[in-house]
Amino acid sequence: MSHDTLPRPATTGEPTPRPPRPARRRRHWTKRANPLAGLGSVVWLAVVLVPVYAMLSASLTGQDKALTGNPLSPPTSPTLDNYNTVLHSGFGHLLVNTAIVAAAVVAIVLGLSVPLAYVAVRTRDRWSGMAFRLFLLGVAIPAQAVVVPLYLLIAELGLYDSLPAVILPTAAFAMPVSVLVLVGTLRDVSEELYEAMALDGASPQRMLFQLAVPMAKGGISTVVVYSALQAWNGFLFPLIFTQSDGPRVLTLGLFNYVSQFGVNIPALLASVVLSGIPIFAVYLVARRALVGGLMGVGGK
Amino acid sequence: MSAPAPAKDRTAEPGARRAAGSAAGRPHAAWALPGVLFFAFFAVVPMGLALYLSFTSWDGLGDPRPVGLDNWRKLLADERMVQSLWLTVLLTAASWVFQTVVALLLGVWAAGRQRNRAVLSAIFFIPLLLSSTAVALLFYALLDPNFGIIQENILGSSNGAFLAIVFVGGWQFIPFHTLIYQGGARQIPEVLYQAAAIDGAGRHRQFLSITLPQLRHTITTSTVLMVVGSLTYFETVLILTKGGPGTDTAILPYLMYEAGFKSYDFGYASAIATFLVVTATGLSLILVRLTGFGGMRSTREGM
Repeated sequence: MSHDTLPRPATTGEPTPRPPRPARRRRHWTKRANPLAGLGSVVWLAVVLVPVYAMLSASLTGQDKALTGNPLSPPTSPTLDNYNTVLHSGFGHLLVNTAIVAAAVVAIVLGLSVPLAYVAVRTRDRWSGMAFRLFLLGVAIPAQAVVVPLYLLIAELGLYDSLPAVILPTAAFAMPVSVLVLVGTLRDVSEELYEAMALDGASPQRMLFQLAVPMAKGGISTVVVYSALQAWNGFLFPLIFTQSDGPRVLTLGLFNYVSQFGVNIPALLASVVLSGIPIFAVYLVARRALVGGLMGVGGK
Repeated sequence: MSAPAPAKDRTAEPGARRAAGSAAGRPHAAWALPGVLFFAFFAVVPMGLALYLSFTSWDGLGDPRPVGLDNWRKLLADERMVQSLWLTVLLTAASWVFQTVVALLLGVWAAGRQRNRAVLSAIFFIPLLLSSTAVALLFYALLDPNFGIIQENILGSSNGAFLAIVFVGGWQFIPFHTLIYQGGARQIPEVLYQAAAIDGAGRHRQFLSITLPQLRHTITTSTVLMVVGSLTYFETVLILTKGGPGTDTAILPYLMYEAGFKSYDFGYASAIATFLVVTATGLSLILVRLTGFGGMRSTREGM
């Protein structure tokens, strides 16, 4: 099967290339060492880890020592005071709100995008083509561009300062990428499989649930990860569409800590650490799904 | 055939229906309707509204008052706008270069299946676990002249503040684009490299002649996401610099936010927003057109 054992036609005027050494040839290309790239990756490792380390170390330092010590030296007397301060300023409430927003956004996005992508791939008429192009263009609509009119819409709908005011626009803006990812995955389901099901007289619904959805699992998990993260990390919509403590989500809570804690930087950093813990937990439990999901946003 | 195809279909669009043969078992286009309507209501309608509001004067209370082209005239004459536009372009370009170079190289490197690469990739992922807000706050704290790692007022100088935004954006988004490139690189068929190795192509030659061209769809996707992303950096600017020093990092979205939600000049804010949409859509359209991403084509075409 290996092509490199085939004899090469001798070219005149050039020295016959030496056959590659067997040890080298047997190594998969993805397994070759690359010292230069290795060095680069170590540099990037430092770029990633130094701020993370400084954050963790500072969040464990007492406020009185924070301004005198070097943030890169390990804390001399680690304390959890900063974490206590944050946890006693309504952190749990922020967490619950954010979880509700994320779950609702995922549900809406999946419920609307899966049938849409299915139609875009299977029914190639003018309307489904237009729908697909709408979302292709939709990728480029920045949320910032519509916050002013959305603010008007949300106020008119009587949703201002409520969780749906955050959920609905967040879901809408997670849709274009989700549709594109799903279309990309569903395109790969072979026509023969659909034809085989059609021969059995399967309805489009049955094909969707018994063929398309199971075959598009990768794309669907990408959409779940992507839209959940969009909801979890969204800042602009909560900033503009909510105001009171009631519907406040995590990102906005963090932003408010800046004024609340003022110069208490260790407490601020403790809140940043705490905000990352839920996603970190998901990362530890389901790293493959999270990484694979995000990788899928890039399509193929 | 238990599901006979209507004869009409065969002749209607011979090209499109060639492989299909049958309309049976195809979902009706109406299935797409709820999603389209939902998206239109929360994204497309507001865009139209923004255009309308850009021709009015409105402070958020009472009714918008039509003022014709006033906001647009103001936009063209506004010196802050010119500065902001230039800044946005610079920021987008600088972020694209920084993020693409690092993410592409790291992504291709991380596509290798060595154990150490897997471990490092897992660590590179960490910034992705934090929200933009959290990342901006982290660097706000770390760049604080009294507390931070660098005991200097970086955010106080215009160049420093600009570079800080580029760096923080990169720190946050490079892991994501690295993942995209890693996924893309892993899908490049092995045979291409084997063939190139037989032809005597070295590592760099293989990278330039196989990896890069094979990644072209990945590069397009990542570029569109980066361009739209950096046009809309907002949290980073709001938290790190508040547009400062002075107005030296007030990029378009920040200018719009100030006009709308600080000065309550929603008409002017809408004009800036409309301008932002046109720019972002125009740019991604050009990118998509140039690379043929929209036409259901595959990178593997012709193999």
